[in-house]
This record gives sequence, C-alpha cells and structure tokens, in this order.
Amino acid sequence: MTALTIPEQTVTSGGPQASRGMLHDMWVIARRGLVHMKRQPEALSDATIQPIMFVLLFAYVFGGAIDVPGEGNYREFLMGGIFAQTIVFTAFGVAMSLAHDRKNQAVDRFRALPIARGAVLGGHAIANLFKALLPIVLMSLCGLAIGWRIHDGLVHAALGYLLLIGFAFAMIWVGVLLGSVVATPEGVQGIAFAIMFPITFMASTFVPTESMPPFLRTVADWNPVTTLANSARELFGNPTTAAGPNDPWSIAHPITYSIIWIVAIIAVCAPLAVRAYQRSVAK
Amino acid sequence: MNNAVEAQGLVKRYGSTTALGGIDLEVPTGTVIGVLGPNGAGKTTAVRILTTLTDPDEGHATVAGFDVGTHGHEVRRRIGLAAQDATVDPLLTGRENLVMLGELHQLRRRDAVARAAELLDAFSLGDAADRRTSGYSGGMRRRLDLAATLVGRPEVLFLDEPTTGLDPRGRSELWTVIDTLVGTGTTVMLTTQYLEEAERLADDIILIDHGRIIARGDARKLKRQVGGDQVSVVVVEPAHLAEATRIIASITGSEPNVDAGARSVTAPTTLGVETLVLAAKEFTEAQIAVDDMSLRQPTLDEVFLTLTGSTADDAEESK
Repeated sequence: MTALTIPEQTVTSGGPQASRGMLHDMWVIARRGLVHMKRQPEALSDATIQPIMFVLLFAYVFGGAIDVPGEGNYREFLMGGIFAQTIVFTAFGVAMSLAHDRKNQAVDRFRALPIARGAVLGGHAIANLFKALLPIVLMSLCGLAIGWRIHDGLVHAALGYLLLIGFAFAMIWVGVLLGSVVATPEGVQGIAFAIMFPITFMASTFVPTESMPPFLRTVADWNPVTTLANSARELFGNPTTAAGPNDPWSIAHPITYSIIWIVAIIAVCAPLAVRAYQRSVAK
Repeated sequence: MNNAVEAQGLVKRYGSTTALGGIDLEVPTGTVIGVLGPNGAGKTTAVRILTTLTDPDEGHATVAGFDVGTHGHEVRRRIGLAAQDATVDPLLTGRENLVMLGELHQLRRRDAVARAAELLDAFSLGDAADRRTSGYSGGMRRRLDLAATLVGRPEVLFLDEPTTGLDPRGRSELWTVIDTLVGTGTTVMLTTQYLEEAERLADDIILIDHGRIIARGDARKLKRQVGGDQVSVVVVEPAHLAEATRIIASITGSEPNVDAGARSVTAPTTLGVETLVLAAKEFTEAQIAVDDMSLRQPTLDEVFLTLTGSTADDAEESK
C-alpha cells in the first residue's frame, strides 16, 4: 500500500442518521442470513440433501417392510413424517447461525450499531423461516416424483403447509434458546444429534406408533412430532393412523394438539430465548 | 463538550475475577488516547463498557456526551468500533460488508452504496471490493474493518488492538491509516500491547495492569517516572561483568540490570552525562575494556518493568 490518503470528508463526522425502523434493520440482517445460506450450500444440507435422502432411503430401503395403517401406500404415509422431522430441524439451523455469529464476533459488531433492539434475532428468524420453506418445496417435488399425492383439495393442503410453517416458526425460538445456551457450533451439533434426532424418531415419523412397545408408544403418541406428521397426513389426504377409542386425545385431535404445541413453544421459549440470548451476548 | 469520553470508577467482575478495578478516564475531544497493557489487563473490558456492549458493575461513563448506561442507543449512533479480531463477515464481499453496515447505520441504500465505494477507494480496497473477505489477507481484513468503523461517520472511534497479529509491514501500513484518521479530528481510543505503537499513535497513554490504571501521561512523562535516563555499558570480557556492575552501582546508586549474554550492565541514573564521565574514568582505572557505553531515555518496556515489577511480555507469557 503506498501513501494512503483518506480525503477529509470521508472521515469527518456528519451527525447521526435518523432511525429507519425495526423492520428495515431486521430485513438487512435477514438478507445477510440468506446470502450466507446461498454461499454455504454445505450448511444447507440439513434442509436439502438430508430430507431428500430420508425420503428415498425410507421409501425404497425400509418401505417394503413397514405396514401402513389401512390399505395405504407407505410412500404417501412417509411424506408427512419427513415434513415434520425437517421442520423440527429448523431449530438446528437457527442455533448454528447464532453460534457462528458469536464465534466470529459478528454479534458484537451488530450490538455496537444503532439498530433496533431485537433486530438481530428478528433477522435470523426471518432468514430461517425462508430456509424452512426450501426443504418443504424440495420435498414436495421429490414426493411427487415417487408417487406422493395431495388427495384432499388445495384448501386443506394449504392449511397443511401453513401448519408446518407455523411449527417452523415455533422451532426457531427453540433454536435461539439452544444457540444462546450452547456456546459453540460444535456443541449445537452435538445436542442436535443427542436430543433432537431421537425425538424425531420416537414418533410416527417413519412407522405407525401401533407397532411400538407400550411405554414407547405412549411417549410417541404424545410427541408433537407424531401429531405434526399425522396432521400433515390428514390435511394432505394421505394414509394416517385412524384414532381408535383407546387412543389418547393427542392422536384423536392431532391438528388442535399441534397448534397447542406451537402456541406453547412460542409462549414459553420466545421470552426465555430472548433473555438467554441477551445474557449470552452481554458479557 | 470538552471530553469525548469520561468515566468514573468503572468496575467489572466476572465471577471472582476483577477485570476492571475502578477506572477513571477523560479523553479530550479530538485527541488520541492509547490504553496500554498486557493481555488480560482489562483493556477490552473497558472498551466493551464504553461501546455499550456490557454494563459496568459499578461506576458510570459518558461517550460523545451520552451516558452509556441510560442512552446506549445515542452512544451507538456516534461511535465506531473495531473489535480485537477483525469482525468482517467472511462470506460477504468487502463491498457487501460496508453496504450492510451502512444500512444498519440507518443510511438509505443508495447512500450506503456510495459511502461503501468511497471508503473502499480510500482504503485501497477498490480492486478487492467484490471478492469475499475470506480470501483477504490479514492486512486487508484490518483495513476493511477500519473502513467499516467509519461508515457511520463516528465522533469517537474505538480500536481494540488494531494491529495485533499483523506483520511489521502490515502494522506500519495500518499506522499510516490511523494517523490519517487522527489528523481529521476524530477522537480515538486505541488499546495495544505494543509500547512502540502507543508511543507512535497516542497523544496520551494510560498504562493499565490487572484492571487498574498504574500510570498516565504522554510518553515523555511516563519515562520520567522511571527515574531519568538509563546508562548502559557493554564490556568486552565476560569476566569483567561483576566488576563493571559494581562500578555502575556505585556511580548511580541503583541496582543495575545485568545481561550476561549481551555482556551489558544497565541502570537508571539521575546524573545525566556526568554518569558517562565518571564511568569512563573508573573503567579506565580498572583497566576494563568497553565495547559500548551509552546514555539514553528509558523505553516504555522499562517503564512497565519499573511500575509493575514485570515486563509487558512477561505478564503476557505468565497468562
């Protein structure tokens, strides 16, 4: 670098700018998140390759060995489950972006800027909601290719997708909580494998809960992953568990039960997550 | 507003560790203050409090006329911060980094784009502007980081160890940049572990160790605190070191530092040039051959040694 000259007007203080509002700030940070996703396709694998891989693996490798309730087609049964599993993993992506931000000290850079309170978390939430749409679209296409169909009309199908997106929004706050409590990207990855993975398997994700031993079946029946999967199946008109007289309330009313979970997760996790986040960054 | 930064009694504890043990600061507007100390001395903690990133446990501070505790947002509108590791976004290009920060400084997108272009040129990053910063050299990243602190045209700049990790060339390049910034009247608070850097860039220096200010003033004043000049003698024969030490001790009346490898004896003296006259006479009489004999101002390293009982480097290694 030869004699660097910085023109005076480049440096001199021009007085602060008027605030442009929280939505503006959130959107600027969300755009950054989206650019990150685009430029780091390997970090998108949990939202792209993984769900498609599960669809193909279970459809073709295990599918023949699994009995579906009623006379249904396993591939049609499977799709609701993998939709639900993928949506639950939304939390993982949020937690990873927060952990990376902290590791790269981006958090501090943002916090020293004159931006609206909550704009950083809001921006991450928006970016990750977009990220959640990606696997839903990819898997729908993949499902259509292997024989999955929507049988119950567009209105119900739209409600199905809306329910999935609502659950994704709730999982974003779980992710913020996770990313605030666990300091490193490696730690986030560890927890995702140790806790979130089993939770998505102890459910009707890949197999009907009827085939499980009694204790596990009870856990699975009350697991919101089960009811989210069953709701998607019901709304898309795919084979699902028909509730018997002895089945718990959650199985009889999967959509209501799933909505209760969405509301409960947001009501409990969002305030906790915001507080945990603020405590974790203000050191 | 006469002081761009004012702080009284700042205390910050992390568990049982006291990072800051009660710090008072006054930085006149338009000056450069160098906060000098080893790793873990509390420099970064002080910067974090003044940039509203963390709250002090005790004490209060104002930056650009606003209280950091109660008017954090107003403070943030008027400051620029370059954190210890250059925190540019590795996945964005240099230009995208600056545009994003401009928008977050509440500029309209068009203005943010223009501002980014202006700064990229000023910091000689025009050619690399549209490459991702993950491919930048350490010096380029630092320059972008500095440019980023200027996006919002700050009144007060905080530079936390701006040249740590740079090679000597990168460091001197960055010094030129900082000189230019300072020349335009921005108030700058810079932390550093390098004594040379504080002396080179700062009007005033604050020496900080274990969360406390142990000395303050310009480099000249700090050096005077050590007790005048340093006399240094290098003998030809290592066997003469003991005798040379005795002679220097008797002339200066202070305990000399002996470096056997360099065959040198060094001690503070208040006698000025007379020290050399006396020493020359005594060495001649004792028939001790001398390679070099000199009188000089103490280095800031020696200031540190005198005031803390350890050198800046030692303190860092013992961490």
